[in-house]
Amino acid sequence: MKVILRHPKREMELAGRRRVKDLLNELDILPGTVLVIRGSELLTIDAVVGEEDVIELRPVISGGGA
Amino acid sequence: MKCRKCGGSAVLELRRHNVAFCAPDFLEFFRRQVNEAVRRYRMFTRDESLLVAVSGGKDSLALWDVLLEEGYSTTGLYLDLGIFDYSRESRAKCEAFAAGRGAPLRIVSVEQEVGAAIPEVRAATRRPTCSACGLSKRYLMNKAALEHGFPVVATGHNLDDEAATLFGSVLHWQTEPLARQSPALPSTHPKLVRRVKPLYRLSELETAAYAFLRGIDYIVEECPFAKGATSLLHKEILNRLEDASPGAKHNFLFGFLEKGRPAFEQASPVELNECARCGQVTTGTLCGFCKLADQVKRSR
Repeated sequence: MKVILRHPKREMELAGRRRVKDLLNELDILPGTVLVIRGSELLTIDAVVGEEDVIELRPVISGGGA
Repeated sequence: MKCRKCGGSAVLELRRHNVAFCAPDFLEFFRRQVNEAVRRYRMFTRDESLLVAVSGGKDSLALWDVLLEEGYSTTGLYLDLGIFDYSRESRAKCEAFAAGRGAPLRIVSVEQEVGAAIPEVRAATRRPTCSACGLSKRYLMNKAALEHGFPVVATGHNLDDEAATLFGSVLHWQTEPLARQSPALPSTHPKLVRRVKPLYRLSELETAAYAFLRGIDYIVEECPFAKGATSLLHKEILNRLEDASPGAKHNFLFGFLEKGRPAFEQASPVELNECARCGQVTTGTLCGFCKLADQVKRSR
């Protein structure tokens, strides 16, 4: 599958099916800190993503504000 | 995962509430939380015109969207910070959002008001960039509201923003910021408009999910000057706590608002004056914004 990451924007390829929870764990990303996007849908951590999927992990943390 | 309300397929899990929702039920939950915030703190009435500070990011555009959906009379205020492509893109997002909904948008240039855009202000002051930027934004929001007759400014601060601010204030026991931190700051001077944060009950994950599900085109990239900001470190720490103990951020913030803040409020009365130069409200003789503008002038 293709995984799109941000800050900075980059892509990576991963082989095999897995649950979103395991994908985040592999990438050391806390579940509450990203939207997991497949096309026009949001995925919960129990969803399974496969070889053909394009998954965007979009950070939700905005910062610096004072 | 199933939606707690309808049993359909869930799109978002809210661990701190121990629920998951499908898209329509999540959007309903979101609106309910905003309405509860407005009601609980009597933020504004349906008769008032609201100035909504928008940055092009998920929070402020989600806020503007929900207020428009709820039928409030709103005008957007975009402060152009002059931060290279980041500002150009975020401004374009705000303009597109406003045009798409037929909502009025005012644009104020920080460069025109301060005498320099944020990158130059950054070089001219020893303040952290986010601090100088935040000071300028608060000043200009209040000024714009006063000039155009808005009694209240609404900002997109969310639960994570508020918890991180609280964390930073507690780390240093900054009693004055602790006394002032609230989802609604009343007008305590004729030249100070009310400031409200209707998203304080909603996490960043929730505002991002709302913006995504509503099809709001927001700027995902970070401000280039936010990298290394202390508030981001505080958010990271709080997110680790939240992951281990869902509800930690909520309990930290809501516990403070209920039990902690009243004590600080009583202990920290402040005297408000008008700035000797610009006439806006300050606790000293010259306001922070005029001092900042002086620093910029001196650096040239």
